Formats: sequence, structure tokens, C-alpha cells
Amino acid sequence: MATWIEACGADDVDAEDVIPFEHDGHPYAIYRSPADDYHATDGWCTHEQTLLKDGLVMGHIIECPKHNGRFDYRTGEGKGAPICVNLRTYPVKLEGGTLYIDVD
Amino acid sequence: MAVVRDYSLLGPDGKRAIESGLAAAQWYRTSVPRKRMKELMQRRDGPAIRDTAIWLALLAAFGGTGAYVWPSWWALPLFGAYGVLYGSASDSRWHECGHGTAFRTRWMNTAVYNLACFMIMRDPTVWRWSHTRHHTDTIIVGRDPEIISMRPPKLFHIAANFLGLFDVPTAFRHMAVHAVGRLTAEEASFVPETEWFRVYRTARAWLVIYTATIAICVATASVLPAMLIGLPRMYGAWHHLVTGLTQHSGLADDVVDHRLNTRTVSMNPISRFVYWNMNYHVEHHMFPMVPFHALPRLHDEIKGDLPAPSPSILAAFGEFVPVMLRQRTHPEAFIERDLSSWAAAGDTGGANPSAVSAATTMDVS
Repeated sequence: MATWIEACGADDVDAEDVIPFEHDGHPYAIYRSPADDYHATDGWCTHEQTLLKDGLVMGHIIECPKHNGRFDYRTGEGKGAPICVNLRTYPVKLEGGTLYIDVD
Repeated sequence: MAVVRDYSLLGPDGKRAIESGLAAAQWYRTSVPRKRMKELMQRRDGPAIRDTAIWLALLAAFGGTGAYVWPSWWALPLFGAYGVLYGSASDSRWHECGHGTAFRTRWMNTAVYNLACFMIMRDPTVWRWSHTRHHTDTIIVGRDPEIISMRPPKLFHIAANFLGLFDVPTAFRHMAVHAVGRLTAEEASFVPETEWFRVYRTARAWLVIYTATIAICVATASVLPAMLIGLPRMYGAWHHLVTGLTQHSGLADDVVDHRLNTRTVSMNPISRFVYWNMNYHVEHHMFPMVPFHALPRLHDEIKGDLPAPSPSILAAFGEFVPVMLRQRTHPEAFIERDLSSWAAAGDTGGANPSAVSAATTMDVS
């Protein structure tokens, strides 16, 4: 069953950018694509303990700020070394200007 | 009593670093507003295309004219320049393209990365992972595979590598090991097994190229083909050693603040072209996402929170060479930077109100 958690306002995230969100001690990263779609993933890079919130969003790619590992934030797919494990993604919905994440 | 350091990646110091939390630690970073950092991280193709075109054109010009006038003495300065562009500029191209920041377009990074790896004789896969570890555990003894200046320093080894006399034989030894389908134990400790096949494949291809080069030398009874492929990694290596030694030599080990173990150096424009702005080395380690062409702007942004740069290559050598000489008998000696006067700037989110010169003292306690 879905557990929708209110994360932030839609305008809190700039286009082609990422912001952090924490729930129950777990960090998440929330993305807004250049086409204004919203996505969410785990906040930690799967390579090493680095928060993706400080990374660079280019199109649909988030690049980790520590070792430049790259993921497609829509699917969580790692795009090559040093990424060996894909990123977990979470469903996002937009209601009345507010973003909700299904953290289940 | 001096502490004996074990720099091997499989030894007790590496285990100790893991147990003490030094490995994969959270490092100090100067606070930069997100908006500004996004501007600095932006990728562009233009600067790297321009520099790569100049680099390849100079290689062709110096290599071509050097081969044309070979074996006259006129070839000497021409190959001198060709060698630096081949055996030293490839080091910085390997580095920047390995980070994936030099070009915006991915395939351009990959293409130049592989070319530079061949020139500098570093396997593209092994060295990608080695450099990843260098950024995770910068100058952490037993964890960082890219420490040039150890304590005590291997001065003969370092001096010989100005002509690649250790690095090149090591590269060929590793190439041979890889070509038969093996990695060294240390390499296997940081390269994931899923990547090993790439290492074997590259080593076999490179050995074919080097074997062909030697065969042409034998067939033509001339060393000229090797002067163009392979040997410049030796006779042109000196510049990347000069610049590379300025990065961390003489500074602290086993700390988690790049301001303590890394050095930024002001350099002449030619060295900066060859080195691709890696003289901004504290800035690069703190923010590896920032491309080479934006490092001067990053430096301006955060210099108030960093030690003052060494004013020249010569000044940097003047700082660390005496310490390295002392480390032969006193391995505890190092250049200690006093950060106490501005160390809180990164945590409080503000730029440091005053630009502070690092207090550099030699700690021999």
C-alpha cells in the first residue's frame, strides 16, 4: 500500500535541479526535469556515502558531487563507473502545488 | 620514535584507517551557495575542444617536423616540446576526462580519456578506480594508491621518474600481467571484478601497438617510431612530475581536510595549459565536479577560506623539498597548516571575512 508523504512545494525545486528531503531519518533527493516532471530517489549515492543533493543535474542525469558517478534519476539506472548499483526511485505525485513521495 | 608507515593497500595502515573512520570519511568543504555552485559546475564543450585542438595540432606539428629533420640536432628541441605534450599533457587530460568534467559531451571525454591513458601508460579502467579511491581517501596512508611523496620519501624513485624510469617499466609489467588475464592483488582490491575484462582487453590492444612500433624500429633500423610512440612517456615526463609533486608533497597525511594535505600553486600560462588548471588543486579536491575552465572562478569564490596559494612552482618546491629531505631521517616532519583562525567558515555558511595565509611550519614532534 502506498504511503504518500508530503515532501515540498513544487516551486521549491528549480527546473533541472535537485533538493534534499528527509523522512524518518532517511535522505531522499527530489528532482525537477527540464520539462517540469518531478522524480525522487534515495538521497545517498550507491557508490559511497555522498549525498546527491549537492550534485549536478543535466537533463535527466544526476551526477554525484564526489566521484562524478551518474544516474538517470527517472529510472535510477547507473550510467557507468564508478556506479555498480542502481539508485532506488520512488513514485512522486503533484497535488495542489505540493509534491508527495510514496516512500514504501 | 618515528612511526613506520605502510603505504600498501593491503597492509595494517589501511585496516587501521578503516577502523578509525579515516577511510571514506566526510571531508571539510567550504560553503558555497547552491546557485553559485551550479553555475561553476556547468559543463561546456568549447574550452576543452579548443584546448584539445591546440594540443593535437601542436603534437602533429612538433612530431611531424621533428621526424622530418631527424636525425639532425634540430630534432632535439622539437622532440623536447613533443615529449612534454605527449608524456606530460596526457597526464592532465587523463585526469580531467576521467572525472568526466572536461567536455559536456560524454563521448568526447571518453575519446580523449582513452587516448591520454595510452600516452601516459595508465590502464583506463584501473586508473579510473585508482583515482576514485584517491578522491575518497586523499593521502590516507594504506588507502590512497596515488601517493607520490611518502614518508620517508623515496627520493631516488621520484627523481628517476622525471624520465619515467620506474613508471614505464611498471606500466609494461602490469600490461603483461593484465594481458594474460590477471590483476595485481592491490588492483583487485579497488577494481570491481565486473570491470576486469576491460583491463585485459586494453592491455592486449596496447601490447599489439607497442610490439608493432618496436617491429617498425627494427625493420627500419631507426628509433624514430619509438620517439613518436612510447618513448615520449619517458623523455617528456618531467613536466607532469614537476606539477604533480606540488599537489600534496610535504603536507599532512591522514587528515580529512584538503586545505591541510593539498596545495594550490600559481603557475605560468604554459604550465597551466599543459596541466589544464590542476594547479588549483585544493579547489579541485574540494569540488571535483567543477570543470578545469571554471577552477579560477571557484578559486576566487572560496580563496578566503583556503591557504594562500604558493606564488610559483619554484616557491612550492622551496617549501616542500627541504621537508622531504628532512623526512628521510625524520618521517614525522611535515608542513603543518594552522587553520584555527578560520576553520569554522565552511560550517557556518559564510565566506571567511579575511583572506588568511596558511601558517606553514615544520612539525617534527
